[in-house]
Amino acid sequence: MSETRAAGAARDSSRTVTAGLLAWVWPGLGHLYLGRRGKGLVLMGSILALFVLGVAMDSRLQLHLGLEDPLALLFSIAQMGVGAPYVLARLLGYEAGLVTSPMYEYGNTFTAVGGLLNILVILDALDTARGVRGR
Amino acid sequence: MMHSHMLTLVVFSALVSTVFATLLRETTRERLRFFLAAFAGFVLSTLVIGWLTNPFPR
Repeated sequence: MSETRAAGAARDSSRTVTAGLLAWVWPGLGHLYLGRRGKGLVLMGSILALFVLGVAMDSRLQLHLGLEDPLALLFSIAQMGVGAPYVLARLLGYEAGLVTSPMYEYGNTFTAVGGLLNILVILDALDTARGVRGR
Repeated sequence: MMHSHMLTLVVFSALVSTVFATLLRETTRERLRFFLAAFAGFVLSTLVIGWLTNPFPR
């Protein structure tokens, strides 16, 4: 009986970790994995739209990991919250942005907010996998 | 690309309100109500703040 319970707990734990990782790798994927298809697709569309529009508005995607500029570090962490699309955009050569563009600051806001919202989506996927949230 | 400040505001507000409504409410009806309230809040508060700060351009 207790072995069955332990196996169930291990399965639940692995499901939670998988949902969290998938939610970070691609926005909405964690909810799709958990069977929340509608919610996952809406979140995926909204967050990817924010990020793609931000990149199209000449957002900067440069990576700052040092502590010499804490605000740039926080900005990078916010953008990285969106997961694979961030890596993909950098690989495609969009990391520099265009500081002279009139939409540059809007683009930065779109990409950073997209990443921050995806962090909320990851937390929601974890709660859903643990059964804390219903739908 | 988008060069209108108003259009940028509307698109940004709509997308962020969609995510918040989807995360924070459970039923479709509740989500729609929350979306409309958040969207109106984003757009109207930005317009009011923009109007109030108009005398201070820099």
